[in-house]
This record gives sequence, structure tokens and C-alpha cells, in this order.
Amino acid sequence: MAEVALGTGGAPARPRRRHVGWVPYALLAPGLLWLLVFFAAPMFTLGSQSLQEGNVFDGYVFTGNVSVYADALQKYWPHLLRSVGYAGAATVFALLLAYPLAYVIAQKAGRFQNLMLVLVVAPFFTSFLIRTLAWRTILSDTGPVTELAQRLHITDLLQAANLINNDTLLSSKFAVIAGLTYNFLPFMILPLYASLDRLDHRLVEAAEDLYASPFQAFRHVTWPMSLPGVVAGTLLTFIPAAGDYINSRLLGNTQTIMIGQVIDTQFLRVLDYPLAAALSFVLLLLILALVTTYVRRAGTEELV
Amino acid sequence: MAEHESGDLQLVGLSKRFGEFTAVHPLDLTIPEGSFFALLGPSGCGKTTTLRMVAGLEEPTDGRILIGDTDITHARAYQRNVNTVFQSYALFPHMSVLDNVAFGLRRKKDKDAKRKAQEALDLVQLGHTAAKRPNQLSGGMQQRVALARALVNRPDVLLLDEPLGALDLKLRRQMQIELKRIQQEVGLTFIHVTHDQEEAMTMADRIAVMNGGHLEQLADPTTLYEKPTSTFVANFLGQSNLLRARVTGSAGEGLARADVQGNEVVIDAAKVPDGLTDVWVGVRPEKLTLGESGGRNRLHGTVVDASFTGVATQYLVRTAAGADVVVVQQNDGSARAAVNENVTLSWEPGREFVLDAAQDDHAGMDEVA
Repeated sequence: MAEVALGTGGAPARPRRRHVGWVPYALLAPGLLWLLVFFAAPMFTLGSQSLQEGNVFDGYVFTGNVSVYADALQKYWPHLLRSVGYAGAATVFALLLAYPLAYVIAQKAGRFQNLMLVLVVAPFFTSFLIRTLAWRTILSDTGPVTELAQRLHITDLLQAANLINNDTLLSSKFAVIAGLTYNFLPFMILPLYASLDRLDHRLVEAAEDLYASPFQAFRHVTWPMSLPGVVAGTLLTFIPAAGDYINSRLLGNTQTIMIGQVIDTQFLRVLDYPLAAALSFVLLLLILALVTTYVRRAGTEELV
Repeated sequence: MAEHESGDLQLVGLSKRFGEFTAVHPLDLTIPEGSFFALLGPSGCGKTTTLRMVAGLEEPTDGRILIGDTDITHARAYQRNVNTVFQSYALFPHMSVLDNVAFGLRRKKDKDAKRKAQEALDLVQLGHTAAKRPNQLSGGMQQRVALARALVNRPDVLLLDEPLGALDLKLRRQMQIELKRIQQEVGLTFIHVTHDQEEAMTMADRIAVMNGGHLEQLADPTTLYEKPTSTFVANFLGQSNLLRARVTGSAGEGLARADVQGNEVVIDAAKVPDGLTDVWVGVRPEKLTLGESGGRNRLHGTVVDASFTGVATQYLVRTAAGADVVVVQQNDGSARAAVNENVTLSWEPGREFVLDAAQDDHAGMDEVA
């Protein structure tokens, strides 16, 4: 995230040149070794696996079969698009929920600040899977949430928006996006909190002194000053959400399958390793392309 | 030079309480349009709170604020034609210098924002930095950008909250002269908050000295220095020798006879507060002369300390009665005194000021910046 923060924060000071000994390399070595063994090597294996042919009984042979990528794209492009769409929607909802919350924690909470931060992090004390399973209970067809939504005709609204298929909440687009939003919300709140906590309130006072209404002060000072947090938070939310395979399985239906779930199935049930590996690579490249474009745009955006 | 008539700034019974603590006691002040006005006092005297109330950043507990005939007491900060140069500068780090200066104009939908901002930058001699970011400038330059950002809006009142506090001494002197020049050029009302008495005297036409949330004295710099009305003002502005005295009678020709520690002196009768006999006679160090050439009044004592500062020598003289008196002698070639030497001090009647002896002679001493 360092590049993101520097990209919007003005030119960093140029460090003075001096003699560099072996110490930095020694400090880097354990991390580099870790990345080599547990990231670079598996990536290479995955890459070569995607170009193999065969089956799980007779074994796989490397044939350089590039057409698997075309097959993968042709067969699963709706899932890829859906993943990006769901992750994007979850990111937007998470931002809308997190920004006011982070703002209050950073600027207004006073002595409750630490307590509120602990509450934000508290869900991490239980596993991701358990939390998502809990949502099945929360949204269950006969539960109070569904009942209330039905009574307030929210279900009708969601149905009209094609987010649910019948008048229940579970096993729907709505449930998957809600689950994604919930699960990654802390990743949005924390970077936002960090950048809003640093915001000097005197700058907002200066803006109001210079004829900016509260809204204009937010638009021209608070928001642009918090952009590093917004960029960091949206990336931390979007990237894992796009590859998520739990929410769509536990909260969705057959029409809401995301690409993570496809890869999971191909790897562990269908045992079509080349296709699964190819899909993994496609997803990786897609996210990389989207994120690069996004960071570039956010970094050079005219802020005033 | 002012483009529009805005009128004087009036504070009527203005006060501010924070819970149990009263930061500003009911304050009445009229600040004439186009003047360079200073609010002077030690930290915690209420001067910054007063300024923030005028800016609209603090809600007054009671009282009213008027510019001309317009009551702005309850107007929000962004609705007032008042701008502030903040102590921390508070420049927007994510904008260029030019965009910082144009910020206020753009909020007012001024079509000429960019050109006017550039002109304001030129006025503070920073036209060449327009495209830079504030953090690429030195402290002194940032200070001038903050000034330009406020000035460019041509506010009815420009507030300066210790804007020179973060600068080093040399730069501060330079900026004092610069600020004064700019104020005369643009003709706006400036209210300058400072704890630096020299800064206030250098720049302001009128100074309000505040202490503990009260207004101590309001006058022009000369009057404040020559005729302080309280021991606090006497001590806070420059150095003062306060000598305990008893007025014993008239000496004719508008003079009064007084007894200072066994020495008979004559003082200006007009300066003695009505009906008082127990008084402080205050004499500024530079009005005392080592030797007998200074005037009719005499004091005797021993030099306990002498420090040479270049243009002058400052002596600490202990009188026979045990009072410490500071004397500043210009380095004009006259004979110097040595430590432990017995000396006579003299001054001309009328160069002193007289205060009620009921006041604390140490008031304002610790607060001297």
C-alpha cells in the first residue's frame, strides 16, 4: 500500500546516498526465501500445470496446450464477470458503510475510540467460515430478518431489482453480496480509520474559514485527504472478494456461482487440474489489470 | 484602497465559558475599519478564543459581534466575510500553492479566481511557487502563502493567530515589516493575536492587552508603554522598575513630592491617581541614568550585575533599601560602572508613571515571552 499512499501524498524526500552494507540483504533474506518457496514456486507449478493434458488416473503430461485458456474463458466468462460485479458491488457497499463509521471513530469517538476499534476487529476472533454460516441462520427463510423484510416489503423491492428470486432472502444475489460486504468490511474500515485519524481537523476549520460549507469542506479537504485510505480499503476488499468461494457457496444458488467456487470445484471435485490452474491465472491477470488501472486513476486524479 | 465600506468591528459584551472555566469575560471592543489591531497577552489570556469567536470557529456564550451594522454573532464561519491566518498555517497539503490561494475565491464562485490568486502570490513575492505543493516551501514561505490565501478574499476583517510564532527571530522581524507594509497597501482591518509584546508594538496601531480573560488596557503602543494603567501592563510590555512610594505633598508647578525608600523625589502630579498616597512609581530602565546627569530625582545603590549587550549595557542596581533596579545605559561612550561600585541613579520628573500600590508589583512578570 506504500505506493498508494505516496502516490497521492506528494513527492517523497529523496534519501541521501550512503554506503549500503550486507545488513539490508540479511534482513530481506528470510522474507524473500519464504516468498520463493511458498509463492514463486507454486505460481510456477500452477502455470505449468495449466499447460498440461491428461486425466487424474493416467497422470498429466506437459504439452504446452494453450487452448485450455480459450476453453476456460469461453466456458466461464459469465462467472468471471459475475465475480467482478459482485466484488465491485460489495466494495461500494462496504465503502458506504465504512466511511461514516471510520470518520466517527477517528474524529468524534473520543474515549470510546479504542473500544470501537476492538468491536470492528472482534469478528476476526471467529473463523470466516463460521461467520458466513451464521449469515445462513440470520437470513433463514423463517427467521426474524426475513420476516421483517417481508413485512416492510423490502423483499418486494429486492425482487423487483432482481436481487432475490422469491420472497426469501437466502440463496440469492442479495445474500452473496451482503455476505461479501460483511466479511470484508473490517478491511475497509481499518485503512479508512488510519487515514482519517491522521487528518488534521484544523484543515477543515481552514476550509470553513475560506467560505466552504460543511459539504464543500468534506468534498475538497476531508475526502481527498482520505483517498489513500479509500484506495487501500477498496483494494483490500475487492481483491479477496473477487476470488471468494465461500459466500457464493453458502449464501448463493446455482445462478450466483462465482469464479472462486468454479476453481474450487474444478480442483477438488472434477479434478480437472489444467482448467482450474488456467482459471486461477485468468482471475489473477484480470484482478491485476483492474487494480493497476484503478490505482493509476486514483493516483493521478485531479483532486481539486 | 478598500474596495467596499464594511465598517468597524464591534464586540459587545462578548464572553466565552468552557464548562466551569471562563476563557473570556464580557469584553467590549471597537476595532476601527482599516486599522492594524493587536490582541496581546500571555498564553491562556483569552486572546485566541476571542479571535476564534470573531472567525466563527467558536460559539460565544454571550454577547454580540458586529461588522458595521451587520450582526454576525450566529453566522457560521463560512458565511462570514472574515478570514484567518492560522498559527499552523493549515495549508491544504494535497493542493498546489495556487489552488490553496484560490480556494476561498472558488467557493465564492469567482470567475477570476486563478488570476487574483496569482496576483496575491505576487504580492507576497511568491509568484514563482504557484505550481508547487506547500510542503516543498520553507516555513516562512508557507506563512506568506497562508497570508495570501486569506488576503486574496478581501475580507472585512483579517485575523492573524500568532502567524509568526514558528519563524526564527530574523525572519520574524522581516515578516513583521512585510505584514505592516501589506496591511497599509490593502487597507484591510487586521487583528493580530500575539504574546510577543515587541511584535505587537512594532506592527499595531492599537493594542488591547488581555490577561486572564479580561481586557487590561486598550491604547496605542506609545501610551501603553509610557502610561500603563496596571502593573501587569507595566511588566508585560518591556521592563519596569516599580518603586514603592508615598505621596507626601505638592511641589508646585504641577509636581508632587513623594518619598521613595527614604529618598525624596518629585513626580508629575497629574499622573498620580486621584486621592492615592500609597503608590508604585514606575521608571523604565532606559529612562534612568547612571550618574547625576539624568535629572532632578536621585536614587543610590550598588551595582550587583552588569551585562554588555552591544548597543547598551544593562545594570542591576540594588538600592540601600534593598530594591533591585534595572538600568539600561546606551553604549554612547560614557563611563561604565563596575560590579560592586556605588552609583547614583537619576531621572527627570515626568518620565515616570504612577500606579496604585494595591496592585501586585510582580503581575505579568513571569509571563514575559
